[in-house]
Amino acid sequence: MNGPFATAFSLIASGDPALMLIIGLSLRVTLTAVLIACVVGLPLGAALALARFPGRGAVIVVFNALMGLPPVVAGLVVYLMLSRSGPLGSLALLFTPTAMIIAQTLLILPIVISLTRSVVEDLWAEYREQLRSLGASRLRAVPTLLWDGRVSLLTGVLAGFGRASAEVGAVLIVGGNIAGHTRTMTTAITLETNRGNLGLAVALGIILLTLTLTLNAAAWGAGQWARGRLG
Amino acid sequence: MRAERDLAPPPTTGILPLALEGAGYAVGGKALLSGITLRIEAGRRLIVMGANGAGKSLFLRLCHGLIDPTQGRRRWASGEARAEAQAMVFQRPVLLRRSVAANLDYPLALKGLSRAARREAVARTLDRFGLMPLAERPARLLSGGEQQRLALARAWAMRPQVLFLDEPSSALDPSATRIIEAMVEQFSEEGITIVMTTHNLGQARRLGQDLAFLHRGRLIEHRSAADFFAGPEAPEARAFLAGDLIW
Repeated sequence: MNGPFATAFSLIASGDPALMLIIGLSLRVTLTAVLIACVVGLPLGAALALARFPGRGAVIVVFNALMGLPPVVAGLVVYLMLSRSGPLGSLALLFTPTAMIIAQTLLILPIVISLTRSVVEDLWAEYREQLRSLGASRLRAVPTLLWDGRVSLLTGVLAGFGRASAEVGAVLIVGGNIAGHTRTMTTAITLETNRGNLGLAVALGIILLTLTLTLNAAAWGAGQWARGRLG
Repeated sequence: MRAERDLAPPPTTGILPLALEGAGYAVGGKALLSGITLRIEAGRRLIVMGANGAGKSLFLRLCHGLIDPTQGRRRWASGEARAEAQAMVFQRPVLLRRSVAANLDYPLALKGLSRAARREAVARTLDRFGLMPLAERPARLLSGGEQQRLALARAWAMRPQVLFLDEPSSALDPSATRIIEAMVEQFSEEGITIVMTTHNLGQARRLGQDLAFLHRGRLIEHRSAADFFAGPEAPEARAFLAGDLIW
């Protein structure tokens, strides 16, 4: 049992280049996906909270359900879109980091949209009359509500990050786990475990956990600080 | 159009008087306000009284335009509602989760004022209401009295012609209440028309020039406050006053 852990720590301590490459790519893919999902999902979720249209309930249910979308299915959908015979095949994106970003964005988007809708809807109930009285239109209320809900919204963004950084199915299918090109922490763990190369797998596992823990600690701290400071 | 507003003095064309003509408001066939006819004259202080559930808050919302009459009409003398010439202070004001100064800045930004004009207006407002020491404090962490003071200051900064107040001091202690009343009086002296609901008889006597009494969604008295307190005509209003005096 000592073997893999000892190897893991020496890999981490020495800053093994292959390891660093994998970590770098994972972060790049996941953080980009989170960023895109926020840019699209925050306003969309807020709009969904404020808008009233026929079929709104159905849209909400669909997004709630998509929060549980299995990563392999998201991967499959993106694969079908990007494969040579697919509608976007000409872009030649399959087995590139871009394809992985697309797949992860698809996974995170429903989380960001649904949680944003829920947060903004509650806030809107409280703010609605006051904002109208101050002269804000519904459209203008969107950025106001997003900003005032920023502490709660952070939770949704973190949940999205957690989901993206932990999943393996989607990036494996559309990325192909190509060494030095599309190999992420999760796909590498899968591969190295299968190969019996447990040292690298454990090292990656430790780093993945540490990253998630650090990020959540930082977000929790920021939330506590903001609550005390902003009320 | 937007740029011109920076330099423009408060609108000179009055939106008042406001006339309600047989105005009513019903939800699901249930009439919550009905057959209300009155004129709100410029420069006056109108106090709206009535028991809980009489429709005081709805009446203010109807005047302010937060709800529209389901029967009858609401007519401003200017022909249009001109939201920027009105302001409202709610019983429990919603302050944004930002600093005191940012709360004052927000509605001015909505009006399209330039950054420089806003900075000056915010500073003037902070100074005028003694809020300077609180400028950078988060608004949500102020005391109840300070929050309501900020809400009134925010309304004032919008330079309204008419200010609606929905029981602005009902949750405040006597000293905070006095501050709010003094502010309302100052606003009135500056020419801002005041329409305010209260269930505090003393406050109605202190601030009221005109008095409207609502009972079950109907306007049953609308007279000068002096006449009203000398002896209301409607038995419901008499009973209301008597009940309040006994307390």
